[in-house]
Amino acid sequence: MSALGVFSTANLNGGQKLGLKYLIVSLALFGAQILFGLLAGLQFLMPDFLFGVVDFSVNRTLHVNALVVWLLYGFIGGVYFMLEDEAKHPVVGLGLGNLIFWVLTAAVVVVVLVYLLVQVGPGEMSTIWFINEGREYIEAPRWADIGIVVSMLVFFFNVVATFSKGRYTGIAGVLVLDLMALAGLYLAGMTYTPNISMDQFWWWWVIHLWVEATWEVLVGCIMAYMLIETMGVRRKIVETWLYIEVALMFGSGILGLGHHYFWIGTPEYWLTIGGFFSALEPVPLVAMVVHALFDSGVHRMKNSNHPALGWTISQAAGNFFGAGVFGFMHTLPQINLYTHGTQWSASHGHLAFFGAYSTAVIGFFYLAAQKSRGNVWMSGNLPGNGWKWKWGMALLWIGMIGMTMALLIAGYEQSQIERAIEGSTWMGYFAAQGHPWFTQAMNWRQISGYGFLLGYVLLVWDLLTIGKGETRPAEVINSEAH
Amino acid sequence: MSQTAWWASESLWRKSAIWVTGVSFIFLIYLTFDTLPYIKAGGTNVPGFSVINKRIDYQYNEAKHRYLPVIGQDEPLFGKMLTEAEAEALVSKGKLTTQAKNCMECHTLLGNGAYYAPDLTKAWLDPAWGSKETREADMVAFLMNPTDKLHNSIGRRMPNLGITEEEAKATVAFLKWMSAINTMGFPHNFKPLDQSDAPAAVPAATAPAAAAQP
Repeated sequence: MSALGVFSTANLNGGQKLGLKYLIVSLALFGAQILFGLLAGLQFLMPDFLFGVVDFSVNRTLHVNALVVWLLYGFIGGVYFMLEDEAKHPVVGLGLGNLIFWVLTAAVVVVVLVYLLVQVGPGEMSTIWFINEGREYIEAPRWADIGIVVSMLVFFFNVVATFSKGRYTGIAGVLVLDLMALAGLYLAGMTYTPNISMDQFWWWWVIHLWVEATWEVLVGCIMAYMLIETMGVRRKIVETWLYIEVALMFGSGILGLGHHYFWIGTPEYWLTIGGFFSALEPVPLVAMVVHALFDSGVHRMKNSNHPALGWTISQAAGNFFGAGVFGFMHTLPQINLYTHGTQWSASHGHLAFFGAYSTAVIGFFYLAAQKSRGNVWMSGNLPGNGWKWKWGMALLWIGMIGMTMALLIAGYEQSQIERAIEGSTWMGYFAAQGHPWFTQAMNWRQISGYGFLLGYVLLVWDLLTIGKGETRPAEVINSEAH
Repeated sequence: MSQTAWWASESLWRKSAIWVTGVSFIFLIYLTFDTLPYIKAGGTNVPGFSVINKRIDYQYNEAKHRYLPVIGQDEPLFGKMLTEAEAEALVSKGKLTTQAKNCMECHTLLGNGAYYAPDLTKAWLDPAWGSKETREADMVAFLMNPTDKLHNSIGRRMPNLGITEEEAKATVAFLKWMSAINTMGFPHNFKPLDQSDAPAAVPAATAPAAAAQP
C-alpha cells in the first residue's frame, strides 16, 4: 500500500482497480450528458443555434444516451468496487473483465462519433445495424447492442463466479438475480417491427423494467454495501431492508409497467392495472427514506465518508421526490391523458434519474476517491470544512431542482393550452410553445442548467483533490464486527 | 440483542421478496399474452396495414366517452389500392425511415419521444395540412425539403434529413396507418382535418404554413 494521501492504484484491490476505470469513464460521460443537455436546451431558446450542424435530435440523443451509459458504467464500477470486499475473494476472470472494459469503452466512443458525425442514414436495415436504431434511450445500433449484451454477460460471469468462490451474502443473492434480469430484458429491445404498437410494447419492457425495477434494485444493493461500509450498519438490518425493498419495488414496479400501456394501442384494462400499481410505486421509495434516516440516526451520523453519506441520504430523498412524487403526480390515466408527451415527463425524468441514480453513483465516486488515496480520513473537519463537496452538492441539487420546476411549469402550461384548450393539434402545440409561460420556463431551465454545470465542475475538482496530502487514516467504523 | 419480531425477520422478507417478484412476473407474462392479440397488425386495437386504402377519421364516441378512429370508405393513398402485403411493405419502409432519421428525438409518436416538435400520432389528420385534396402531395414535399417551409411563429424548423421521395411516400403511409390505431382516446379533444366530400371551404394552403399563426 502506498502512502496516505497519495493517489495510487496500489491502494486498491483488483476489483477496485477495474471499478475505478469504469467510474472514471462514468464521470466523464456525466460531463458529456450535461454538455449536450445544455446545447439542446439552448436550441429551445435559439432555434437557429447549430441548426443543420448538430441538430436538436442529435444533442438530445447524446444527452439521453450519455445518461444511460454513464449510469451503467457507474453501476458496473460500483459493483466491481465492492465485489472483493463483499465476496471476500479476488474477482474471478479479472483479465477478461479488463479486456471487456476496453472493448466496451472503444465501442461507446465509436457509437458517439457516429451519432455526431453520421447522424442519420437511409430508411434501410443497414442504418439500424450500423448508425442509429432511432428508438429513444436505446438508439445504439444493433452491432453495439450485441456488444452490450456480451459485455453484460462477462460482467455477470465475473460477479457470479466471484461470489460462488467466495462468500454468498444476501446482497450477493439479490444482485445476481437482478443482473440476470437486467441483461435478459435488454434482449426485448433488439428486434425490428413495422408495427409501432408492438415496437413500443417491448421497448417499454427494456426502459421501464430497467429504470423502474432492476436498476432500482441494483442501486439498492450498492447502497446497502455503502451503508455497511461507511456507517457500519449491521448486515442483518441492511439485508432485511433490502429484501423489503425488493418485495415492494418488484411488487409495484413490474405491473407498474402498465402506466406506459395507456395510449399505445394496448387494451383498456391497462388503464386500471397501470394506474393502480404505479400508484403503489412510491411505497418502496418511502421505505428507503425511512431506512436511510433510521440508520443515520441510530449511528448518530458517525461515518467514515461524509460526502458519500451525504449523497446516499440525498439519494433516498431524491428517489422519493423524483421517482415517487413527481412520477405519481402524472401517472393516473385521467391526468396522463393531458400530460403524456409534454415537458411534464421531462420534469419527472430529470429529478428521478438524478435523485435515484446519479446520487448513488456520485456516492461511489467519493468512496473510490477515498480508497484510491489509501483510505484517508473523509469524515468531519476536512480542509476548508469540505466546502468543495458541499458546494458541489448544493449547486448540483439547486440546478436540478431549478430545471425540474421550470420543466414542470412548462408541462402544466402545455397540458392546459396545447391539450385541454387547443386539442393537441399542431397549431395547439405551437401556441403552447410560443406562450410566455413556456418560454420563461425554458429560460429558467437553461439558467438552472448552468448552475448544475458549475456544480459538476466543483464535483470533479473536489474528486481530484479530496484527501490529497491527508495524513489521517479513515475513521474506523468496523462494520463486519457485528 | 433481543429476539427479532416475526414481522422483522430476515427470512420472512426474503421469502416475500421471492414470492412477490415471482407472482408479479407471472401476471405480467399472462397479461402480455393477453395483450398481444390486441396490438398485432389486424388485431383488436391495431388495424391491418391495408387500412391505408381507406378513409381514416377520428371522432368522439358517445358510448365509450373517448375519441376513437373511424375507418370509412375506400380512399387509397396516392390513388393506388394496395394488397395487405404491399401495404405492409410500404408502411414498414416508412417505419424504418422514421427510425433511420431518428424522428423520435424531436417528435413524439403515440406520445413517446422528445418534446421539441409536435406529436405525430395524428399527423395524417392534422388540420395544418389544409385540405385533404392536397395533403398527400404536401406531406411528401414537406418531408423531402422541410427546412425552408414556414412551420410556426417561433422559428423552430425541421432539418433536411435527406429523405428521398420513396422514403417520404412510405413515411406518409406509416403516418396514415398509425392514425388508425385505437389509442384509448389519446390525444383528447383533437379536431381533425375536414375530410368530407364537399369542396373544402378554405383554399388549399401551402401546408403546414396554416399552422404559422398560433
